[in-house]
Amino acid sequence: MTATDTLPEAAAAPRKAGQYVYAASVALLCAWVIVPLYLLLINTLSSPETVNSFPKSFIPEFDLGSLQFFAGFEGMLVALKNSVVVAAMTMVLSITIGAPAGYALSRFDFRGKELFRLLILLTRAFPLPLLALPLAVLFIRTGLDDTAFGLALVHTTLAIPFAVLITFSLFSGIPVELEEAAWTLGCTRYTAFTKVVLPLILPGITASAIFAFVISWNEVFAAAVLTIENRTLTAFLLQTLGEAPLHLKFAGGFILVVPALIFIFAVRKYLFAMWGIANR
Amino acid sequence: MSPRILPYLLILPVTLFLCLFFLYPFALVAQQAFSNGAGFTLDNFRDVVTYWKFPISLQNTLLLAAAVVPVQLALALLMATMVSRMERGRDLVLYVWTIPLGISDLAAGIIWLAIFEQSGFLNSMMTGLGLVDQPVNLLSYQNPGMVFLAIALAEIWRATAIMLVIIVAGIGLIPKEYYEAAEVFGASPWKRFLRITLPLLRPSLQTALILRVVLAFEVFAVVAALGGTLFPVLMGEIYAYQFDLQNGRAAAALALIVLAISIAFTLVILRVLRVPKGATI
Repeated sequence: MTATDTLPEAAAAPRKAGQYVYAASVALLCAWVIVPLYLLLINTLSSPETVNSFPKSFIPEFDLGSLQFFAGFEGMLVALKNSVVVAAMTMVLSITIGAPAGYALSRFDFRGKELFRLLILLTRAFPLPLLALPLAVLFIRTGLDDTAFGLALVHTTLAIPFAVLITFSLFSGIPVELEEAAWTLGCTRYTAFTKVVLPLILPGITASAIFAFVISWNEVFAAAVLTIENRTLTAFLLQTLGEAPLHLKFAGGFILVVPALIFIFAVRKYLFAMWGIANR
Repeated sequence: MSPRILPYLLILPVTLFLCLFFLYPFALVAQQAFSNGAGFTLDNFRDVVTYWKFPISLQNTLLLAAAVVPVQLALALLMATMVSRMERGRDLVLYVWTIPLGISDLAAGIIWLAIFEQSGFLNSMMTGLGLVDQPVNLLSYQNPGMVFLAIALAEIWRATAIMLVIIVAGIGLIPKEYYEAAEVFGASPWKRFLRITLPLLRPSLQTALILRVVLAFEVFAVVAALGGTLFPVLMGEIYAYQFDLQNGRAAAALALIVLAISIAFTLVILRVLRVPKGATI
């Protein structure tokens, strides 16, 4: 036994302890995210009687009573449909309007580029749902009030800064040389774009479209202000918060959460790329 | 097509759209807030500010932001550094941690309602452990502290993910060489975090803080789900002016006040975390 033998062991002990603390805190933070979701799942998969009883069990009883009540509640399925329609419109609008600008920002130097970027960043720093207030009046005048399209326009304003910045960072990730090579091989700017850039960019575009969908799907304030008869799911739930029974709230909350889980899973690869370059 | 006009054609749709649905409504809000139907007036602002609920909702909004944002920043930095040294399971852990990113504030409020309501899980646990004899009504006017805690927890739970994503992306841009050099010179992990990560992360911190602070002033649905009228906030008051009181001018005036607070904080953050000109990674 020499000093050199014992040294690594002595150093290894605290490092091992550190590893345990590290693993435990990662697990704890994961639980912090998942446990509240699990508790909502329990309430959703319980009968209405169980949801209103006490004490609660920490294991779901797999009863579809609450969800059936949700589906049977007057106006709920229509609200669900409205939410999907508005979100789909937002998705299409924000990509078709936003993506060309993202391309322009990544490929061209032009006068006013900085001003344009500033306008985009500015919209991100403003409390946008507030815009719903004047638009409510404006929409009544133009006949867009209480329509899915009117609300989709407001949601597009919310989603467009993200669409522009995300597509900007995606296009920047594709070397301009690829396009130039296509030009020398006889492609026009347009065919080079559709044949070379578009296939490469499509998964990323899908991801940012999904992001726009989620933004619209989750938006509460503008939806509540702009729709009266054609309420979206969030607006409907908000309106019924006061008087609705608990099991309706929980089932509704659950329906709101499910697409979010799927969408975040679908776009997880792009979440970080989106923010990395768009930041600078 | 000429490459001189093309970029302008490409940004034209966005510019038109934002002028029509962003700048124009803003002009309308401002006009509505400063008018009484006949001419210019500051009465709307006076009415809004002197209303008895204004100081309390302003105070609540600011307090909530002050309680929530620093915790989120610390938590997001902690999670991001943990992820950056992770070898196995990084993707799974990141997916789990970013789940709340896709969850609406209304859903988050409902989720935490399941925990805090009278027959909820917190009460079930406390009675199970014998801490209380019967379920306590936690979200009532007798427990203002508990209402605040529930709302703050829901906000922290929901909106830390957006900061985490921005910060993880920012850390990914910092060259590994800096850390290697620091390690060679014997800098401890804590020192490396303070001297390399934090300063080089400034642009990301800027974005993350601005987004979070602005969104924190917009807090609305979480409060509606958990506190209802027990915890008035600015955004909820705007909603009440618009619908319950049918006073669009007052709503517009209050909206401008929220906007002014947001802009003031954005400018402060930009100034404090400014990136020196010419300094790049």
